[in-house]
Amino acid sequence: MLSQIEGSRAVAETVALCRPQVVGAYPISPQTHIVEGLSALVKAGTLGGCEFINVESEFAAMSVAIGASAAGARAYTATASQGLLFMVEALYNAAGLGLPIVMTVANRAIGAPINIWNDHSDAMSQRDSGWIQLYAEHNQDAVDLHVQAFRLAEELSTPVMVCMDGFVLTHTYEEVAVPTQEAVDAYLPPYRPRQLLDPAEPVTIGAMVGPEAFTEVRYLAHRVQLAALTRLPALAEEFAASFGRPAGRPVRPYRTRDAETVVVALGSVLGTLKDTVDELRAEGESVGVLGITLFRPFPLDAVRAALRQARRVVILERAFAVGAGGVVTADLAPALGPGQQSYTVVAGLGGRPVTRASLRRVLADAGAGTLDPLTFLDLRRSLIAPACEGA
Amino acid sequence: MPATRVKFYQTGSFAVGNRLLAPEQRAVQASAGRTNAITRGHRACQGCGEALGARFVLDAAMRATGGQLVVVNATGCLEVFSTPYPESSWRVPWLHSLFGNAPAVASGVAAALRARGRPDIRVIGQGGDGGTVDIGFGCLSGMFERNDDVLFVCYDNQAYMNTGVQRSGATPPAARTATTQAVGPAPGNAFGQGKNAPLIAMAHEIPYVATATVADLRDLEAKVIRAMAFRGARYLHVFVPCPLGWGSPARDTIRLARLAVESGLFPVFEAERGEVVAVRGIRHRVGVREYLRPQKRYAHLFEPVERTDVIGRIQAGADRNIARFGLLDGGPP
Repeated sequence: MLSQIEGSRAVAETVALCRPQVVGAYPISPQTHIVEGLSALVKAGTLGGCEFINVESEFAAMSVAIGASAAGARAYTATASQGLLFMVEALYNAAGLGLPIVMTVANRAIGAPINIWNDHSDAMSQRDSGWIQLYAEHNQDAVDLHVQAFRLAEELSTPVMVCMDGFVLTHTYEEVAVPTQEAVDAYLPPYRPRQLLDPAEPVTIGAMVGPEAFTEVRYLAHRVQLAALTRLPALAEEFAASFGRPAGRPVRPYRTRDAETVVVALGSVLGTLKDTVDELRAEGESVGVLGITLFRPFPLDAVRAALRQARRVVILERAFAVGAGGVVTADLAPALGPGQQSYTVVAGLGGRPVTRASLRRVLADAGAGTLDPLTFLDLRRSLIAPACEGA
Repeated sequence: MPATRVKFYQTGSFAVGNRLLAPEQRAVQASAGRTNAITRGHRACQGCGEALGARFVLDAAMRATGGQLVVVNATGCLEVFSTPYPESSWRVPWLHSLFGNAPAVASGVAAALRARGRPDIRVIGQGGDGGTVDIGFGCLSGMFERNDDVLFVCYDNQAYMNTGVQRSGATPPAARTATTQAVGPAPGNAFGQGKNAPLIAMAHEIPYVATATVADLRDLEAKVIRAMAFRGARYLHVFVPCPLGWGSPARDTIRLARLAVESGLFPVFEAERGEVVAVRGIRHRVGVREYLRPQKRYAHLFEPVERTDVIGRIQAGADRNIARFGLLDGGPP
């Protein structure tokens, strides 16, 4: 059933349907509404024996999730931005221990300068943490990806991060079908931990590993992550059959089949991009969009296949690697052939809107061959001029 | 499980396993059928106070819980020497996550056990003084204020021993560490620094806070068993000499712990809901000099000239403990 609902509320209700047993909560904008929603649901007794813990930091939130998951509970938390960075040590630890924790990241810039608005700097900075990363395009996507995230995490015994754009999705009311409890229960079986702290069968979890086996542990972690490349599409098909909606496909090509220019992006900006592409198609331009849902593991083969016909690839970066350039660009480079020109467009940092007008200008420049290989969309030159003078 | 023959060493009249006691008063450690949380083969140094403390704490907790126990360990000596891959000395379910998060991980374990309907399984978090009073302190305070059902045990050897004896927030004044060297006009750790973790724990008004040492293992066991009788957050601060870090002979671990108590430098007490309910009084009072002299970390107080001024300041600290906790007259005034 469709309801007009805030993105955060929809995610909170969906996470509740996934029957988490331990939720660690710490407030940070723009994530806060999600844990507020879960707090109310737990307090009202909707989630049975679920433990909702108001922790003292994001580092503790992830640490509580680690303990809970190792002790056999389905564990969930949510964060954003500085909060994600504050839990980084525990983030790597959860992945290294192979604990199937699910976390929502309400994507937000990281400071300084402090900025609460949306971009992908937070999650992108954790691309090598060992977590699987899924990026939602809209709120229906966010809802559906959470259901799949628990299933994927527990099947592979590895943590999954569901990324949704802060404010743009978390604080937006739109039509969303929140699934029924019966449908979620049918799709998501109860958590069966692969490793369990159990006095009846004591195990040591988190031993010290030296040079003799550390590389092997990392190799196996990579292997487990790569399994998501085949497991997620299968789960997506099963989801589509059960829920009647596609979600969780690692890449989403849109009008790319014969497109000379393809824009690659992640997250909610895909909506604006599709509108822009529709306009340009109507004007006879040969453009398309490739959305990436699964960023870790990186679906290189699927990206390569989707970009095969493109002469120009414009990568819209919602994060920026200072001193290097595009983050997605670097991952995507091996997918491109010698005849394909790629452009990196850094766009929408710290919540700056990415408009159709600006996208049209970028695509026109790309088509004319005048686009810089590294472009900052709508860079306000008057603001930087004083600092750049004499430099 | 076949009974293992346990070697027995008499370590002093207050120590556990004293054969002068009637059989029913003897420590369980002297029994071949005792619980065995951490077994032989670990890599602790000879004379390690932490290994001894952890064994007695966890064995007592196993007895108190019928073996229904999960242990969460902070990074540190205890974690490193007990689990060199592919070996483990632990015979209890044991989880190590990070240096600074053991109290929060333990909270998560306790929450999971409640959610799974297994509140019969109890949780102990443990770490050294660095993991407890410094890097893990935020998580510890959070665990306390939420009154999470965890006993957290700090094995305090007064510095970062695992990384090579650097100063921690539990390092005492004048002690030499690798980052408070015995050089310059005020050698060793500064006066007026450091934190008193048991008192801060008490300020949270949690059900139970206690201190103990490896010099009185019967007392340590009794406090663990007492702690396990409570639900909610509990804190046990155990004084554990470190021969390597203190520059003391391995055979002196128990003696130094006893001298720390008998000098008043380490007050041994119990508190419930923020109030001291019992102290372990000083039986044979000694001056701090007797405690300081055998330790190389205080050698600069005795050579080339004896620093009576510095020793006097340390003695003043001990005297303050004695007055504050009523260590000579059976309890706080």
